[in-house]
Amino acid sequence: MALPLEKYLRVGKLPHIWCPGCGHGIVTQAIIRAIDESGIDAEKTVVVSGIGCSSRAPGYMNFDTLHTTHGRAIPFATGIKMANPELDVVVITGDGDAAAIGGNHLIHAARRNIGLTVICFNNNIYGMTSGQYSPLTPTGSYASTAPYGMIERPFDLCELVKGAGGSFVARSTAYHTRHLTNVIKDALKYDGFSFVDALSQCPTYFGRRNKLRTPLDMLNWMKDHAVPGASWDKMTPEEKEGKFPIGVLVNKPSKELTKVYDELLAKTAEGGRG
Amino acid sequence: MKEGKPRLLLGNEACVEGAIAAGLKFFAGYPITPSTEIAELCASYLPRVGGKFMQMEDEIASMAAICGASLAGRKSMTATSGPGFSLKQENIGFAVEAEIPCVVVDVQRVGPSTGMPTSAAQGDVMQARWGTHGDHEIVALAPSSVLEAYTLTVAAFNIAEELRTPVILLMDEMVGHLREKVVLPSKSELLVKDRAKPDLPPGQYKPYADYGDPAKVAPLAAFGDGYKYHVTGLTHGEDGFPTNNPELGARQIKRINDKITSRKKDLPQAEELFTDDAEVFVFSYGGTARSAKKAVRDARAKGLKAGLIRPVTIWPFIEEPLLKAKAKKPKAVIVPEMNLGQIILPVKRVMGDACPVVGVNKLGGRYIEPDEILDAIKEAIQSGSAS
Repeated sequence: MALPLEKYLRVGKLPHIWCPGCGHGIVTQAIIRAIDESGIDAEKTVVVSGIGCSSRAPGYMNFDTLHTTHGRAIPFATGIKMANPELDVVVITGDGDAAAIGGNHLIHAARRNIGLTVICFNNNIYGMTSGQYSPLTPTGSYASTAPYGMIERPFDLCELVKGAGGSFVARSTAYHTRHLTNVIKDALKYDGFSFVDALSQCPTYFGRRNKLRTPLDMLNWMKDHAVPGASWDKMTPEEKEGKFPIGVLVNKPSKELTKVYDELLAKTAEGGRG
Repeated sequence: MKEGKPRLLLGNEACVEGAIAAGLKFFAGYPITPSTEIAELCASYLPRVGGKFMQMEDEIASMAAICGASLAGRKSMTATSGPGFSLKQENIGFAVEAEIPCVVVDVQRVGPSTGMPTSAAQGDVMQARWGTHGDHEIVALAPSSVLEAYTLTVAAFNIAEELRTPVILLMDEMVGHLREKVVLPSKSELLVKDRAKPDLPPGQYKPYADYGDPAKVAPLAAFGDGYKYHVTGLTHGEDGFPTNNPELGARQIKRINDKITSRKKDLPQAEELFTDDAEVFVFSYGGTARSAKKAVRDARAKGLKAGLIRPVTIWPFIEEPLLKAKAKKPKAVIVPEMNLGQIILPVKRVMGDACPVVGVNKLGGRYIEPDEILDAIKEAIQSGSAS
C-alpha cells in the first residue's frame, strides 16, 4: 500500500545520503506534507536547491527539480519564476548555502519580493564537508575550523531577511514538526517572497563536538530554547538570552514582483513608455 | 523596425536586435562597460515583445537566472565583459554540464582584472575556451562587423537550442562600439530554430538520453510541462540523476564533448579571401580581422600574394581552412591579435613545422593598424624568398 505522501517522493532514489539522526528528513517531510495540505499543483511546482546536505533533498522529491551551484539556488529560481510566473517555486537551501556564499542573493530576492518560498535547513554547520563553521554557528561552539570555539557572531537569518524587506518570515524546528509543516504551508500560500528558517539537527558534525551527542539531545535543545512568537514579544531581554522565537514572525501584504512585471508588460504593449 | 532599409547601428545594438529576432524572451545582466548598451536596450525592447529584463545583484546571479529561465522554456541571454565573464564561469560550467541552451555575450576589454575599461582587447579567447573547470567543449563565435553582431547572435541562439549548450558570442569593444550602416535580413530570410520538446509520455522521457550518436541531442522539456525531471551539475545518468559509476560518468562527460566536436561542420565557417594562390596567410578574427582584410587587399595591390582566413567560429577550433593552407606550403601564417598570443596556439599546433607562424600582437587598447599587418606580410614574403 502506498503511503499518503509517497507520490511526492522518488522512492526509487532512496535511501537518502543523510546520516542517521539527521534532521533533514524531518524538514523534507514537513515540506511535502505542507505541499499536500496547501493543495498547490505538483505538476506546476519546481524545487530548486544549491549545494550541501540540504540541497540533496530535491533529488528525492517528485517534482521538476533543479540542483544548482553553491549558494545560487535563489537566482536560478528567480529566472524560473520570471520565465513562468504560473509555477510555484520552492528553494531548499542550507545555512552555509543561504547565509554565506548565497547571502547576497537571499537579501536581494527578499528586497525584490519575487514569489519564491525559500526554506533554509539550518543546522548551523557545513555538514557535507564534515563540520566547518557557518555564519549560523553560535559564538563559542566548536567546529572543525573552529577548534578553539567560534569567535565570530552568527546571523539571525529571520532578522536578516526582515531587514532586507522580507514580508513573510517564519521559523520553526525539526522538533516542532506539526508547527513546521504549518508555517511552511503559510509560506507556500503567501503571494510574494517567503522565508522559513527551519532548524535541523546535525548530530554527526555539530552535536558530537558540542555536548549534544544524540539526535534526541539536539531535538530537546530545540524544544527547550524555542519560544512561540507571541510569548517572545512579552519577554525581557534577559529572558530572551540564549532563546529564539518560532512561528510566523513577519506577514504583511506586498505586491509580488512578477505581478508588477505583468502590469509593466500590459503598459508597454499599449505603447507606454518602454 | 523597417525591413530592407539601411540603418546606422551600433554593434551592441545589432546584437540585441538579433537576439530578439532569434526569440530572446529573458535577459539578466549586470552593468559593465563595454557591454552595457546590450542590457540597456534589452530593458527597453524586451517588454515590448512580451519578454523580460532583469538587472541582477551580480554577474553570477545573472548567469544563474538565465539558466533557470531557459529551463522554464524561454530563450535567454546575458551580456558582460572580461571581469564579469570571469564571474559567470561557474554557471557557464553548470549550463555545459546540465545542457541548458543560453547565449552569453562577452564584449572583450583590456585585462587582466579591471584592466583598461572600455579599451579594446581580445584577451578572453582562452577564457572563453577554458574559463570554467573540467573537461568541456564550448561554442564561441566572433563577429567582426555590425551585421555579423546581428547574424551571429541569431546563429548563437540556434546553436544553443539545437545542441543544448551555452554559446559564447565573443565580441570585442571594436565591434561592440562600432557604428556601421547595415541592412538587416528580413524575417523571411532568417532561420530561427527552437529546441526540440519531448514527445514521449512522462516516465519514459530521458532528459540526458544517450543515443549512441553524439550528434543526436535529447529534447528538453520545460519545467511545468509535467515531466517532473531532475537537473543537476553533478555528473549524471540518462535520467538526470547523479551517478558515481565511473563508466557512466565518463560516458556522460564524453558525450557532451562529442556533441559539439561532431558538429563542427554545422557551425559558422571561416571567411576566406584570396586564399587560392596565397603564399602568406593572415589568420584573424573579430575586430582585428577588419584591419587584416585591408592589409591583405593592400598587399594584393602591391602584387604580394597574401590571403585571409577569418574564423567565425573560434571554438571549437576548426582546422580545415588551415589544413588547406598548409597543403599549399605557405611561406608563413600571420596571426594578428590584441593580446600576447592566444588563438596562435592552436594555429601553431595545426601548422606544425610547415612554415613560420608569426604573431602580430598589440596591448594597451590600441587597435592593430592594417599597415602593421602589411609589414608582417612583406617581411614574411621577403624572408620566405630568401630561404
